[in-house]
Amino acid sequence: MMSEFQQSVVILGSTSGIVRATAEAYAAAGFSLVLAARDDEENEILAADLGVRYDTPCHAVHFDGTDFSSHAAFVQECEACLGTNPTGLILGFGYMAEQKIAESDITEVQKMVDANLTGAISILEQFAAVFETRGSGFMGVLSSVAGDRGKQSNYIYGATKAGLTCYLEGLRVRLFKANVTVTTIQPGFVDTKMTYGLPLPGPLVATPKQAGDAIYRAVSQGKNEVYVPFFWRYIMMIIKSVPRWQFKKMSM
Amino acid sequence: MAEANMQQTLTGWGGMNPETCDVFRPEKRRALSDLIQAKHSDTIIARGLGRSYGDTSVNGGKGVINMTRLNRMLAFDPEEGMLECEAGVSLAEIIETFLPRGFFVPVTPGTKFVTVGGAIANDVHGKNHHCDGTFCEFVDYFTLLIPNGDILTCSRDENEDVFWATAGGIGLTGIILTACIRLLPVESAYMVTDYTQCTHLDAALETMAASDQDYQYSVAWVDCLAKGKNLGRSVLMQGNHAGVEHLSGDRKEAPFTIKKGLPKMVPVQCPPFVLNSLSVQAFNTAFYALHPTAEGSITDYNSYFYPLDAIHHWNRLYGKSGFAQFQATLPFESKQGLVTMLERLAKSRRASFLAVLKTFGEQNPGLLSHPMKGYTLTLDLPNRSDLTPFLHELDRVLLDHGGRLYLAKDAVATAETIAAMYPRLDEFKAIQRRLDPKGVLSSTMARRLGLVG
Repeated sequence: MMSEFQQSVVILGSTSGIVRATAEAYAAAGFSLVLAARDDEENEILAADLGVRYDTPCHAVHFDGTDFSSHAAFVQECEACLGTNPTGLILGFGYMAEQKIAESDITEVQKMVDANLTGAISILEQFAAVFETRGSGFMGVLSSVAGDRGKQSNYIYGATKAGLTCYLEGLRVRLFKANVTVTTIQPGFVDTKMTYGLPLPGPLVATPKQAGDAIYRAVSQGKNEVYVPFFWRYIMMIIKSVPRWQFKKMSM
Repeated sequence: MAEANMQQTLTGWGGMNPETCDVFRPEKRRALSDLIQAKHSDTIIARGLGRSYGDTSVNGGKGVINMTRLNRMLAFDPEEGMLECEAGVSLAEIIETFLPRGFFVPVTPGTKFVTVGGAIANDVHGKNHHCDGTFCEFVDYFTLLIPNGDILTCSRDENEDVFWATAGGIGLTGIILTACIRLLPVESAYMVTDYTQCTHLDAALETMAASDQDYQYSVAWVDCLAKGKNLGRSVLMQGNHAGVEHLSGDRKEAPFTIKKGLPKMVPVQCPPFVLNSLSVQAFNTAFYALHPTAEGSITDYNSYFYPLDAIHHWNRLYGKSGFAQFQATLPFESKQGLVTMLERLAKSRRASFLAVLKTFGEQNPGLLSHPMKGYTLTLDLPNRSDLTPFLHELDRVLLDHGGRLYLAKDAVATAETIAAMYPRLDEFKAIQRRLDPKGVLSSTMARRLGLVG
């Protein structure tokens, strides 16, 4: 009898709160996983957790988004772990420097560009080639609502994410013909380390589990874009519709 | 990047005496060890799901570490039923993960919303104490992060003194990072329960003494408004895990599947008159009437172990000023102390929505571990202005009869009372000082009861 085919996913940047919850949604759905992150200690703990909880193969592999030359070998390593190429991937690594520091420190700007744009493009192109050749696959990539509109409070970070969102738009068109979906994920407020301690109104903040499940659903459905939680789509619609002459007078 | 903190008003589950604390919520191990070594706040205490009733995991004006994000499971050996996990994992998560594979938590308090770290730090017990002992008796080892940044592995062979100081040591010896726990193999998610009505305390105690050995779990619900010839009127609920042979129909087909009711919730704090002696009397009368003596009834584990977990925030029934939980344990020879306490309760017309009685087995070597051989009585008392003097009166009765309070429940006892109840407190303090010479670990309870420094 033929053995049942198990779908698999590579999770890049597994140690962030939202990505951990997204990985958990995949494990709960029966996928086998490769968790990839720079912090080996945490990554191995997270892989052990999903392996124990969901009784599914879960591998921890070292990955550095800004070590571009290692990316080709990383794809090989994923294949070696899973015994085949992954069904799809989730990309959730990134770097955010403080705006004020970045304004006067070009090395911080460089770090953001390297992680959020160059690094993401480098690894996505590697997997895009694999999925395109195979003629199937999915990609869910965490961008940011900060990329929807340049705000004075974080426009340098926002610029890198706007670049990523634009890149994904084009990649989606290219891979559409190869039956590969590309989902741009736009997280709003999720209750993780990123937002902990900020004075946010409770109802606007999603739990990591809500965010992870929503991301899993949207990517499975092959959505082009998803806001998490969903109502951020409307918040951003309003923010995007403010005319420039008005926007420049606002202190966002 | 330094770990962010948040000012939060915290209480224990009883909701009494809210205090503002500086709360940290690390998501990585390293962030936690950085926190304990850095001087972010004067002192810190670890907090799990906040189900201890008093001020155990509150640290007024100072640091609290919310451990719930450090909840990763690390390894499971299905042959031995051994689970290694981080301290922030809850019993609910363990049940959800392992009951379908045939394992249950070996010891559980009346709520599954407690963390493994909290279960060790309070050395919790359940309805099976008379057979199985406390939670820590199923802990093979745990790792403890101590204030100098070292991580100690503690077991019965290694750092044994630290093991037994930490079991029940309410977080004052260090921060529990991980633990290895022996889970209990079961054949189903169901319990076979026998109910026995007892019209008086004496009948309840006699029935328990005569029959507890036949059941892994045993507890009596007590009507503490009943007086005179009905004093201590009870319903005994004694049960065992159901084997497949006890089940029929769908349950036999899928022994680990239970129907899930919709979670209910108390949405807001209730006004103080909701729970009064009349409404509780009505409840008690109904409860007694609805539980006639019956054998072999099959209930799922949630209804047997966690009836109150079905109602989220049930503590809000007591209103804004909250309630105190009182748990007193007396040696078997001090039955008179139990009678005196029940008489005082009935006379004072204080409504206890939840009052339970059970027998404890042997005491373990935990320096501040609560259970000791005897009877234990647990009740909730609404927080009224005269509550503290009344509780001190009960503490006095307890002391006179060689009994003791449970730290996880206490909110008002004095340092002298606790010192008299826990003869090994000085040993605990010596170990505590050795592990934490700079006094990094503290809590509102630790200061109230003079447990540190």
